[in-house]
Amino acid sequence: MSLSVALSHQFPGFTLEVNFTATPGLTALFGKSGSGKTSVINAVAGLLHPDQGRITADNTTLLDTRAAINLPPHRRRLGYVFQDARLFPHLTVSQNLAYGRWFAPKTPNLKNGGPNFDDIIDLLGLNALLNRRPTALSGGEKSRVAIGRALLSNPALLLMDEPFAALDEARKAELLPYIETLRDQTQIPILYVSHALAEVARLATTIVVLDQGRTLRAGPAADLLADPDLAPSLGIRAAGAVLTATVTAQNSDGLTQLHTHGGPIWLPKIAVAPGTKLRIRIAVQDVILARQRPEGLSALNILQATITEIRLSEDGALIQLGLGPEHLLARITRRSAEALALCPGQTVFAIVKSVAAAQTDVGTR
Amino acid sequence: MPDWFTPANWFTPDEWRAVALSLRVSVWATALSLPLGIYTAHLLARRDFWGKHIVNGLVHLPLILPPVVTGYLLLLAFGRKGFIGQYLDQWFGLVLAFKWTGAVLAAAVMAFPLMVRAIRMAFEAVDPKLEQAAGTLGASPLWVFLSVTLPLILPGIIAGAVLAFAKAMGEFGATITFVSNIPGQTQTLPSAIYTFLQVPGGDSQAFRLVLISIAVAMLALILSEFLSRAVARRIKGT
Repeated sequence: MSLSVALSHQFPGFTLEVNFTATPGLTALFGKSGSGKTSVINAVAGLLHPDQGRITADNTTLLDTRAAINLPPHRRRLGYVFQDARLFPHLTVSQNLAYGRWFAPKTPNLKNGGPNFDDIIDLLGLNALLNRRPTALSGGEKSRVAIGRALLSNPALLLMDEPFAALDEARKAELLPYIETLRDQTQIPILYVSHALAEVARLATTIVVLDQGRTLRAGPAADLLADPDLAPSLGIRAAGAVLTATVTAQNSDGLTQLHTHGGPIWLPKIAVAPGTKLRIRIAVQDVILARQRPEGLSALNILQATITEIRLSEDGALIQLGLGPEHLLARITRRSAEALALCPGQTVFAIVKSVAAAQTDVGTR
Repeated sequence: MPDWFTPANWFTPDEWRAVALSLRVSVWATALSLPLGIYTAHLLARRDFWGKHIVNGLVHLPLILPPVVTGYLLLLAFGRKGFIGQYLDQWFGLVLAFKWTGAVLAAAVMAFPLMVRAIRMAFEAVDPKLEQAAGTLGASPLWVFLSVTLPLILPGIIAGAVLAFAKAMGEFGATITFVSNIPGQTQTLPSAIYTFLQVPGGDSQAFRLVLISIAVAMLALILSEFLSRAVARRIKGT
């Protein structure tokens, strides 16, 4: 299942001109507020009718302004999780959940035979809430019910517009694993709007970066996050590459040992079995470079890498490092870059401060 | 059943005829105009179209226009020789002028603005985002209306109907102009009060009907206020 979107729309004082293809998995629409993310997702949902455009999901044309095709929202077979949950106030939680199911096509299109009510309830932990009214729910509970309601409508595509924007960090950390499970265990592609890079880095398979209504870049998440040219637009402080790491052992001193392409790393205990693949994110600020393998250092995580690219700018240097097929991004001062005489092709050692691999930035994949 | 239990025994036959006619007229006027009232309220609350101000003006016109003018216009349009009335007579054998059916039309027209106003306010209180959400879940616009909008605004619809009913019970000017004041035929409760007051010493006879009018109006206002609050509570979900 893939989604292809090409559209242009003229708002008063704002032009939207977007073009991208979303592959299976989770596609994040990333950009500052006002960059047009919600307009794009609304166009996919059929809530915004663009001046010109073509949106196709697999073989179904949702919109084609040239052929005068414009499926109304209720025929598009999508589940939309809104920023503000939008639960029906006159219905209980279980009636809200059943609402989409009532209108869902009776012939399941999914490999697993369509969404099963009990499975979704378990997945999202909704059992205790079923007889409550939406007003009696907390923000996090509302979000979970909204996700459940969307899933139970048996959608061919799941749209999520900053579903956790209204929640504090603790709640968000509680809910992000649900999204990861959805991404990995259901076959439904997800289009996910966010302006939080950490969230995107953790969840996205594909990233589409929007800037002032235009597609700045679109591509695989790992490539875009490790691109020194893109880092300034993502926000230099939040930027950072993601690596795939495999858990190799649980050490007796409470650390978990993982294998990466740049060598072993150790993280505070992560309760998963050896062999599990994790996505780890290392912020550009949290990498120190050395030309020789440093000794007598308290830092545990030192990765061997090859410099693949150097980008100098007024406020510093961004160094892209190759670790086998993967990339890491480091930000150092220009003075350090000159002092170390760094150049592409050179072998360096990246010292990763242990804070860089915080638990919340570690995601399953 | 004891005699006092039958409302007809509370009144003189003249009075009872007027009260019973007013009840019948008001029930029919409310019931017949309700679907159109809901449709018009929805149109005004949710749609943008050319001439919306004109429709809005026409709906509210009877509220401001002298009732005698409304009655006269009804007579011109729906009288036996009126430009609509003559066809109603020819095709359906339906005559409105000087009949109780005409009183229904007059009451419906006069009560319509109040009904539409109450229902329109209920529509405007419903967040269209909820209806959008229902659409993305696969509900067609008709289903969205039936399963989301209608349940949320139901108290508002009842409030509109109650107000319209009370207004119809009290309608006088347009009714007397359009269908006159024929005892047993078109003499509604206000017309009966008017007739009693024309006769020296008729005050005492009018008194009970006056009380009924006050009671109906007061009850309707309290009930509609209560129902309007119910819409707000329902939408907030408390």
